[in-house]
Amino acid sequence: MAGFWVGTAPLVAAGRRGRWPPQQLMLSAALRTLKTFDKILVANRGEIACRVIRTCKKMGIKTVAIHSDVDASSVHVKMADEAVCVGPAPTSKSYLNMDAIMEAIKKTRAQAVHPGYGFLSENKEFARCLAAEDVVFIGPDTHAIQAMGDKIESKLLAKKAEVNTIPGFDGVVKDAEEAVRIAREIGYPVMIKASAGGGGKGMRIAWDDEETRDGFRLSSQEAASSFGDDRLLIEKFIDNPRHIEIQVLGDKHGNALWLNERECSIQRRNQKVVEEAPSIFLDAETRRAMGEQAVALARAVKYSSAGTVEFLVDSKKNFYFLEMNTRLQVRVDSGIQPGSDISIYYDPMISKLITYGSDRTEALKRMADALDNYVIRGVTHNIALLREVIINSRFVKGDISTKFLSDVYPDGFKGHMLTKSEKNQLLAIASSLFVAFQLRAQHFQENSRMPVIKPDIANWELSVKLHDKVHTVVASNNGSVFSVEVDGSKLNVTSTWNLASPLLSVSVDGTQRTVQCLSREAGGNMSIQFLGTVYKVNILTRLAAELNKFMLEKVTEDTSSVLRSPMPGVVVAVSVKPGDAVAEGQEICVIEAMKMQNSMTAGKTGTVKSVHCQAGDTVGEGDLLVELE
Amino acid sequence: MAAALRVAAVGARLSVLASGLRAAVRSLCSQATSVNERIENKRRTALLGGGQRRIDAQHKRGKLTARERISLLLDPGSFVESDMFVEHRCADFGMAADKNKFPGDSVVTGRGRINGRLVYVFSQQIIGWAQWLPLVISALWEAEDFTVFGGSLSGAHAQKICKIMDQAITVGAPVIGLNDSGGARIQEGVESLAGYADIFLRNVTASGVIPQISLIMGPCAGGAVYSPALTDFTFMVKDTSYLFITGPDVVKSVTNEDVTQEELGGAKTHTTMSGVAHRAFENDVDALCNLRDFFNYLPLSSQDPAPVRECHDPSDRLVPELDTIVPLESTKAYNMVDIIHSVVDEREFFEIMPNYAKNIIVGFARMNGRTVGIVGNQPKVASDSISFTPWNYARRQYRPYFAGCLDINSSVKGARFVRFCDAFNIPLITFVDVPGFLPGTAQEYGGIIRHGAKLLYAFAEATVPKVTVITRKAYGGAYDVMSSKHLCGDTNYAWPTAEIAVMGAKGAVEIIFKGHENVEAAQAEYIEKFANPFPAAVRGFVDDIIQPSSTRARICCDLDVLASKKVQRPWRKHANIPL
Repeated sequence: MAGFWVGTAPLVAAGRRGRWPPQQLMLSAALRTLKTFDKILVANRGEIACRVIRTCKKMGIKTVAIHSDVDASSVHVKMADEAVCVGPAPTSKSYLNMDAIMEAIKKTRAQAVHPGYGFLSENKEFARCLAAEDVVFIGPDTHAIQAMGDKIESKLLAKKAEVNTIPGFDGVVKDAEEAVRIAREIGYPVMIKASAGGGGKGMRIAWDDEETRDGFRLSSQEAASSFGDDRLLIEKFIDNPRHIEIQVLGDKHGNALWLNERECSIQRRNQKVVEEAPSIFLDAETRRAMGEQAVALARAVKYSSAGTVEFLVDSKKNFYFLEMNTRLQVRVDSGIQPGSDISIYYDPMISKLITYGSDRTEALKRMADALDNYVIRGVTHNIALLREVIINSRFVKGDISTKFLSDVYPDGFKGHMLTKSEKNQLLAIASSLFVAFQLRAQHFQENSRMPVIKPDIANWELSVKLHDKVHTVVASNNGSVFSVEVDGSKLNVTSTWNLASPLLSVSVDGTQRTVQCLSREAGGNMSIQFLGTVYKVNILTRLAAELNKFMLEKVTEDTSSVLRSPMPGVVVAVSVKPGDAVAEGQEICVIEAMKMQNSMTAGKTGTVKSVHCQAGDTVGEGDLLVELE
Repeated sequence: MAAALRVAAVGARLSVLASGLRAAVRSLCSQATSVNERIENKRRTALLGGGQRRIDAQHKRGKLTARERISLLLDPGSFVESDMFVEHRCADFGMAADKNKFPGDSVVTGRGRINGRLVYVFSQQIIGWAQWLPLVISALWEAEDFTVFGGSLSGAHAQKICKIMDQAITVGAPVIGLNDSGGARIQEGVESLAGYADIFLRNVTASGVIPQISLIMGPCAGGAVYSPALTDFTFMVKDTSYLFITGPDVVKSVTNEDVTQEELGGAKTHTTMSGVAHRAFENDVDALCNLRDFFNYLPLSSQDPAPVRECHDPSDRLVPELDTIVPLESTKAYNMVDIIHSVVDEREFFEIMPNYAKNIIVGFARMNGRTVGIVGNQPKVASDSISFTPWNYARRQYRPYFAGCLDINSSVKGARFVRFCDAFNIPLITFVDVPGFLPGTAQEYGGIIRHGAKLLYAFAEATVPKVTVITRKAYGGAYDVMSSKHLCGDTNYAWPTAEIAVMGAKGAVEIIFKGHENVEAAQAEYIEKFANPFPAAVRGFVDDIIQPSSTRARICCDLDVLASKKVQRPWRKHANIPL
C-alpha cells in the first residue's frame, strides 16, 4: 500500500480526498476513548485549527477559536462555537501573543488548550503558563517540549540517547564573525538554523564566509519574527541527503513504539512539497535501525504523546537525527473556502492532497488526475511543479534527495516541457476552444426584428502561437466533435464544450485530458492549464494572423532600473536612499512575505533616483519600490 | 426585268441595312466591352486604395488599410460595398486631373455582419496623394504634420458616409466608423466643411436610435474629431491614433506650449485624463477583434431588446466568496470589480473607461445571456481629482473615507453610460458602496452640483429594469443618486454589511452630540442604530436583505420578471438634462 502525500503551497480548493491510512484511523479511534473536556480553546489558525475543531465536534466538545484582525472571517472562526480576537495580523502580536491568549482562556473558561502545531505548540513557556492556571495543555508535557522544541537541547539529548547526530557546533552562535569561525572549523558547506525553528524558517545554507555572514543576519531576523527567539546554531550540511521521518507513540508509563517512515525529500526552501510512504529507498534493516533510535529518543525524553522524529539519510543509508516534532502531521485538509483571504502574514500552505493506490504507479496516476481537477483562482500556486515532480523520471525511479528540485530545475521550475504529441494535443484543444467560443458568439436568441445570418465557415483556418512559434491549424466542427489538423497531423477533440465550467474534460483521440481555460481575450490571447502547467497561446484566424505581421512590437519597460515587489508582503528594511550609488546585485531592501525574508537587489549599477517604500509598509505584487537612474 | 431590278434594289437596300446593322452591332459591342473594362479598372483601382506604395507605407507604420480593417471587423464574405465609383468633384489646384481622382475617394462604406448581425461601416483611408505630392508628403511625415494628407474629408467622402448612416437609421442597425482622417480637405474649402456638418447632423439624428461606435485608428484632427465625440463610444488604438482640435505646431504658435502628439491627444491622454475616449487597444488587429466582442453586447437599435446570447453559466449559481468579500472594518478597501466578475456570466465584463474616474466602474456584462449595464462604486479608489488639487498635494495618501466617492468626473462618466443603457433597453445593475460626494473647493468650483445632478438625472430618467445592490456604505445624497428605490429602482437589495445613513458614524456624532462628553458611547449608539440595513429595510427602501452569495441568482430571477417592464412618461419634446 503506497500513499503519496502532497503538502502544497499554496492551494485553494481541496480536490478529491483519499482514504485515511489504517494507522490514522486507529489513532482517531483512540482519541474517542480519552477523558474529554466540555470546552477547549484552539490556539491555531487555518486548516490545522479546522481539523482540531472538526474532531472536537465529533467528540461533543465545544470549541473556542482565536484569531487575528485579518482572520476575523476565516473558516476556523466560523466553525468554532466562540471566537476571540487576540490581536493584529503579525503572529508575534496575535497567535504568539501569550497574554492575549491566556486572557481569552480566562474569558471563555476553556478547560484545555489544543495548540495544533507550529505557533505555541512547542513553547515551554506557554505550557508552563497553562499549568499555572490549571488549564490542560493537549499535547506532550512541558519536559518533552522543552527538550525537543529547542534544537540545541534536542541534539544534546539525542547524542546522550546514542542517536546518530550531524557533526556541528552544539551551542548558540553569538554573532556573524563567530558564525564564520565555527563554519570554518566544521568545514563548508554548513547549515545555519534557528535554535527555536522548524519548517525551514530561519534556515540557510552557506558555502563560504560571505554567505555565512549574510545567512546569519537573515536567519536571525527571520527567527526573531517567526519564533521570537533569534538564537542560531551551525552544523555540517549533508549534501544530497534524503529527508525521512519516523512517527513514534509514547505513553505515560514509559512505553514507546515506532510506526513506519515517511519520505519528505522533495522540498523547496526546506518546506516539504511531496511526502511519500513508504520510502522506496529504505531497506528493512535501516528502517528498523531508524525506528529503534527514534524510540530510544522518545524514551529518553519520557515522551507521552504522538510525535515525529526526522532524520537525514545519505546515499550510503547513514542516517542522522535532525529534529523531533512533538506532534503528528496533519492530513488532507483545507482551511479556506472561496472568499477566504490568504494573508501574507501566515504560512502559505492552503491545502494538502493525499492519494492512494495498490501500488506506486496507481497512486501517482490518481495524484496527477486529482491535481488536474484543482480549481484555483486568485492566488499563485505550485500545482504545475507538483504535477511535474510526480511524473519526473527520477522521481518515478525513486532517485531523489532534498536537493531534487534544485538539481532537476537548476534555473528554477519553468513549467512542464511538452512532448511533440502533447503539444499537438494542447494546440488542438486550444483551437477547438477558440472555435467553440466563436460559434457561441453567434448564438443569439432570435428575438430581434432582423434575422441573424451566421457566417458559413466549414474549415476554420487558424494560426496558433505558442512559445513564440506559430502553428497552422485547420479545425472543423461537427456537433461536439472537432476535427483538428495541427501542422499536418490530424486529431479528434471531443468534449461537452461547456464554456462556463472552470474544468473542461476533453478527449483527444481517446486520451482523456482535464484542462482549464483561465483567461481569454478578444485579441486572441488565451491561458490554458494543461498537464498542470499554464500555457499562454495566441489564436488568430489566418487573415488576422497575416495582418498581425504588420503590427509593431511594443517597447517594454526597462526592468533593470525599477525594482518592483515580486509578491505581496511587508517591507522589513530599506538600505538605500535617493542619491546613493548602488552596485548590481547589491541589496536594496528586504521584503517579508509568507514569513520568508526576500532580499531585493539592484538590477544594474547606478544611482538611486527615488525610494517609494519604507520599513513597515505593506506592499502589493508589482508595487514600485525603488527607481534607479 | 423591273421586278428583278426591284428585287436587286431591295437586296441592295437590305445589304446596306445589314451592313449598317453589323456596324451598329459592332460598335455597340465594343462600347460594352470598354464599359466592362472601365468597370473592372475602376474596381481594381478602388480595391487597391491609394496603390501598393501607399499600402506598404501604411503597413510600415503598423497600420492596416481601410479594406483590411473592414475584412477583420466583419464576418468573412459579408461586406457589401456601396459607392465604390464615387469620386471627388473638386476642380481647383489640379485636383480635376484623372490621376488625382480615385474611385471611392478616401473612404470605404457599406454594410456587413458581425457574428451574423447587421452593421453599417465606414472606413477612412489614405489614398493616392503620393502620386501628386510625393515629396511634400514624405516631408510632412517627417515633420509629423498631418493636416493635409491622408483620409481628408471631401464633399464626396462625407456624402458616402451620410448615405450609409441614413440607411442605418432607416433599417435600424448600428454604425461603426473606423476613423483615420487628416481633417478637412483644404483644396475643397467650404464643401468639405459642409460635409462635416452633414455627418454631425446624421450623428445627432441617429443618437439614441442606433448605437454609433467610433474607432480611432490614425490621426483624427480638426473637424474630424467631432463626429466621434457625438457617437456613443469612442475607442482608440495605442501609439498610432490621435485626436485633437489642432496639432502640436498650432498649439506651439498659439499658446507657446511644447507638447508632443501623444501627450496632446494620444490614447493615454484621452482614456485617462480627458475622458474623450472610452478605451484603448494595443494595435489595429487587437482593436478590431475587441470591437467584434463589444458589438455582441449591443442591441441593433432602440427598437430591439438587449440581445440574449447562449449562456452556459447557471443562472442560479451561488457565489460563496461574496459572503466574505466586504471587509469588517468599514474603512477597508476591496475591489468592486471582483464582485462584478463573480456575479456576471462567465466573469466576462467589458469595462468602459477603465482608466478614467476609476472611483466609479461602468461596463457591459451578461446575466443569463442577456446584456446588462453595470454601474458600481469602487472602494479601492478615492478620487482621481484628489491628487490633482494643490491644497492637498502634500497629503496625497489614500484616504479611506473618500473611497468610492462621487466626484465630477465619475458623475459624468456614470451618467453618460446610464443614458446609453436606457436608450437601448439594456437593464441596469448598480452596486453601491458610496461614502458621499467628494467635498472641497476644487469640486465646488468645478461645478460638482451640476455635474453630480447629471448622474442623478440619468438614473431617475431611466425606464429600463433597474436592480440595485448595496454592498456597504450608502451615505447621504449619494445614496439617493445611486439608483435608489426613490428613483424608481425596480429591485433594491442590501447585503447584511450595508450601512444606509446620512453619513458615517463619526461625522454624525460630531453633529448630533456636539459638546457631549461621552462621544464613544454616542458613536456606538449611532452605529447600532444606523450602520446596518434595517432602517432602510423597515421603511421598504430596500426590498430585501440578501445573502451576498445569492446575489447572482436573485438578479437573474428579477431580470426575467422585469423583461416586460413598461413605463409611460408624460409627453415632452425632449428632457433637459443639466449639461
